[in-house]
Formats: sequence, structure tokens, C-alpha cells
Amino acid sequence: MAKQQANWSPYDNNGGSCVAIAGADYCVIAADTRMSTGYNILTREYSKICKLADKCVMASSGFQADVKALQKQLAARHLIYQHQHNKQMSCPAMAQLLSNTLYYKRFFPYYSFNVLGGLDNEGKGCVFTYDAVGSYEKVGYSSQGSGSTLITPFLDNQLKSPSPLLLPVQDAVTPLVEAEAIDLVKTVFASASERDIYTGDKIEIVVVNATGIRREYMELRKD
Amino acid sequence: MFRNQYDTDVTTWSPAGRLFQVEYAMEAVKQGSAAIGLRSKTHIVLGCVNKANSELSSHQKKIFKVDDHIGVAIAGLTADGRVLSRYMRNECINYSFTYESPLPVGRLVVQLADKAQVCTQRSWKRPYGVGLLVAGLDESGAHLYYNCPSGNYFEYQAFAIGSRSQAAKTYLERRFENFSDSSRDDLVKDALMAIRETLQGETLKSSICTVAVVGVGEPFHILEQETVQQMIDAFEIVGEQEGPAAEPDAAAAAGQEAAAADQGGSTEEGVAPMDI
Repeated sequence: MAKQQANWSPYDNNGGSCVAIAGADYCVIAADTRMSTGYNILTREYSKICKLADKCVMASSGFQADVKALQKQLAARHLIYQHQHNKQMSCPAMAQLLSNTLYYKRFFPYYSFNVLGGLDNEGKGCVFTYDAVGSYEKVGYSSQGSGSTLITPFLDNQLKSPSPLLLPVQDAVTPLVEAEAIDLVKTVFASASERDIYTGDKIEIVVVNATGIRREYMELRKD
Repeated sequence: MFRNQYDTDVTTWSPAGRLFQVEYAMEAVKQGSAAIGLRSKTHIVLGCVNKANSELSSHQKKIFKVDDHIGVAIAGLTADGRVLSRYMRNECINYSFTYESPLPVGRLVVQLADKAQVCTQRSWKRPYGVGLLVAGLDESGAHLYYNCPSGNYFEYQAFAIGSRSQAAKTYLERRFENFSDSSRDDLVKDALMAIRETLQGETLKSSICTVAVVGVGEPFHILEQETVQQMIDAFEIVGEQEGPAAEPDAAAAAGQEAAAADQGGSTEEGVAPMDI
């Protein structure tokens, strides 16, 4: 008897790419706004970015239904935290919560590839990058999604610090200014949308800094 | 006369058809420090008197935010109140999660009342010893409810619970007809005046009271101490001309206010249904 194949998958990949870059006193989180399935586009204006706390923003690509469910879970848990502690969750705290929430579904995972960005308790930018089951790491920059294989090498070339094994220990955050980082993000998406069919339409860029959170958009190739 | 024979547990009726344990629980509410609530068409204000055990300790938290559109003030066993607030918060979060919209206040108070009723019909439980003034805003407008340990709940235009609440209730009874169209600030002022009534001569300071507001375009929040003190100072000067506010009869001295000096000093039995 031949091995049984599934005639249906609970998952779908809606494509798209996400990027986040941490600076000394800011954090840039960006994602494209295209939602696809197979070779079709479902919509050109879907936001993959979600504000989880005052200074904490998450961008996720993958299966958007799972992403939405994950975002709702985290929002509810954050409310509970606020009731109990009388304050907002810090970005590192939210990072741990996200990791735990993802691992909770280790045996039926959220098909969600996340980058978490924001300011830590001292106001410094921080970025956390995840896999689908919650393994995470604090980094200076990260990219996830269908375009990540095109984006990551570019970011490595521009931002990568020398080996973390070297002494003196180098900070993961980039020395770039906010405006330069945003420019880099725009460049990186423009390049990715040239070759990745799932990335395009528009970029949504969210910047978190001491004054708060602001949002901007940039048009991309529609093909 | 027969109270002692039938009051051991909540599942025993008295010959007169009363559940004494439930009534004792309501007694606990009356012993707690005062909490008041009043509403207009667009805003609800909750206020409470903060009683600290000693000069050295901080006072107990009696007003809790349940959701952006709902808040609660408690009187009685504050520990029970804390637990019920946590339950209410949970219910609001779960409803929001499922329906992506705020939980209607009326639904929440029914759930709360049903929860309280369970404790009046299980031999291994005891009734919650806390009365809750639930203030909430939803599509159908501004609401103020009172939930008793008995599992009953009532909607009010204005109400007061806890010790010496009768004085506040009388004050509110005189003026409640105007509350519907009151401005937010007037409502807060009335709340502070009502709190002052329960203090029986003690000076009203922002350090011994807490005030919270929820309204259209204004999520539930507790007012800052300085804000409250400013409001107190603003009408204290006016208040001095009123004379002692201990007995409602003295309202006659307040020439400016007492429009209808109607039911004079009526020390009627509280609002009847609550006392069975």
C-alpha cells in the first residue's frame, strides 16, 4: 500500500517580506503590503505589521490567518499584563512572550515568520528574529519571508558587524541615522521586488523612536 | 430571634424564607468604606473613600479598570472585589477576542450576577462579600449598575454603597434628575460632593478619595490626585457657605442649590430591593 498523502493542507503561504533594523535610539520595521496565494494576488493593500505595545511592533510573513490569530493572542495577553502590572510591556518582555506563544503550538505551529522591533527599557533600538516555533535571538537587523534570501545578503553587506566572537564586544545596533536606515530599507525592498514575485505593491514602514511611532509608505513594482 | 439557628450555612432557609448568610454578606458591604457612582447621558463617574488601616499603610485599591469602556468601584471585602475584577477583565478580553468589539455592560453584569448566585446555592461556598458599582459605556449609552452579593443587580442613575452611604444617597436623590444633562465636570463635582457627605464633617482632600471617569470619547481612567484636589479647591470656597452638610436638613442653608427642598431629611430604608 502506497504511503498516504494528505489531500488538504491546513496551511497556505501568503508570501511577502519583512525587515527590521535597530538603531541607537530608533527602530525601523517594514513589510510589503502584497498578499498572495499561489500565483495569484489576493490584495495589494494588506498590512503585515502590528503594534503590540507602546514601543513594540511586530511584522510577520507566512500564513496570514495564523499571523492574525497570533497577533490577537499577543494583544489579549498584553491587556492582561497591563491590568496586572499597571504598565506597558517592554520589547524584551514581549519578545519572550512571543517565543513562548509560538512554542506552545510546537506540534501544530503558527505558520508565521516574525520580526519584532522596538525600543528596550533604555530607549535603544532592538530587533528580535524568530522561526515558526519560537526560537529567537536579539539582533541588529533581520529579514523574514519570501524575499529574505534576497534581502539578508544585502543587509549583511551594509550592516553586518564583525564577528561577535571578537573582543571588544561590538554593539549589534547599527551606527546609521534614522533617515539612512529608512533609505536602506526602501532600497532593499526595491531590489527584492525585482526578482521575488511575492514581494511588491507597497512598503509599509513603521519607525519607533522616543517621540512615538510613525508610519510611512512607498510604492513598489506592481508586477 | 431565630437567626442563630438558620444562619450556619448558605443552603439553609429560615422559616421566614430568608437566607441569612446572604444577608450577612450584604452586611459586609455596608461595613466597607463608601463608594458612589453617578451618570449622565454621556459620562459615568465613580468615586470612593480611601480608608487606610493606619497612618503607616497605603490605602486599599477600590476602583478597578475592567476595560476601556468599563470600570468598577467596590465596597466590602476588597479581596473578593479584586477577584471579581479579574474575572470581569477576563470576560471582556475574551469577548473582544471573539467578537472584535467591546462587551456590552448589561451582559457583563448579568454574568457577574449569575456568578454571585452560584455562591448562594452551594453548601461548600460562601457569598462574595463585596458590592460592585459597575460603570460602563456601550452602544446603548451610559450605564451604572449595582451588583449585590445576593446575585441581584440593578441599574441606577446614581447610587452609593458602604458605610455612611445614606448621606450620599440622600444628596444624590435630591439632585439626580439633573444628572442626565450634566456636563462631565459638573458630574465629577457632584461625585466629590457626594463623597464629602459620607465623611461627616471630615475635610475632603484628594488624598482620602479616588475618582474615576468613563465617557464618550474618554476611556475609563482614574483621575490624578492633583486634578481632584484642584476641583475640590474650586468648590470648597462655595461649600463653606453651605454650612455643615451632615444632615440633609441643613441643605436649607445652601441658598444657591436646594432647588426643591422636597423630601427633607428622610432617613428612609435604603433602596428597598437591596435589603430584601
